[in-house]
Amino acid sequence: MKIIAVCGMGIGTSVLLKLNAEKVLRMLDIEATVEAADMATARAASFDAQIVLTTPELVESLKGINAEIIAIDHFFDLEELNSKLSKALL
Amino acid sequence: MSVLSDSFGIASIAITESVADRTNAISLAGELLVASGKVTPEYIDSMLEAVEKFGPYIVIAPGIALAHGKPGDSVIKTGLSLLVIQQAIEFQHLQNDPVQLVFGLAATDHESHISVMAELAEFLSDPDKVKSLLTCSESEQIRDLLR
Repeated sequence: MKIIAVCGMGIGTSVLLKLNAEKVLRMLDIEATVEAADMATARAASFDAQIVLTTPELVESLKGINAEIIAIDHFFDLEELNSKLSKALL
Repeated sequence: MSVLSDSFGIASIAITESVADRTNAISLAGELLVASGKVTPEYIDSMLEAVEKFGPYIVIAPGIALAHGKPGDSVIKTGLSLLVIQQAIEFQHLQNDPVQLVFGLAATDHESHISVMAELAEFLSDPDKVKSLLTCSESEQIRDLLR
């Protein structure tokens, strides 16, 4: 299972998303690798990914990508990540 | 000392009463990175460009923005800055406006700052710690909280 966390530059938002997603996946006992990517590399990076995590603003620009796109509003709210990831994966 | 507090250089934290707008807030957070020797002034352009190009997605949680540009020549050292704005400002974000904490982030590459980000995420996950940041009147108090 591969998940890509995407933000504009690939160093800030996406890294925070990756870190918290990894935490939630451990809680859910789901084995997956989470990679951070920027908008420029997201399409290439997600060719074999099941899920793309990003912010609501970037969803539109990622449309057409070959994975389920999940928008996260509050990055430090593990509950939100937990419920959205569980819904997609369980 | 923690990785997090170490990543804030001297002169990287400031408290201001108000800012003109979002651009002003991001520029000031960028200037703190310049002042603390983490980036050259060109990096501020990259921080502003990110928001112009991709929108206010850098508002990562209610009231908190993480302003950053691209890793590249304008980054001298990985590090953080923090601007606390007493009168909250609109970033035109869908859910998380208005903003009072603007973190500036510089990273030399895509990996070197992961441990800093992990500690920052841990810190910001605690609503009480976020609240206490907002009550500080001196940057030294903020530095103590980050330790």
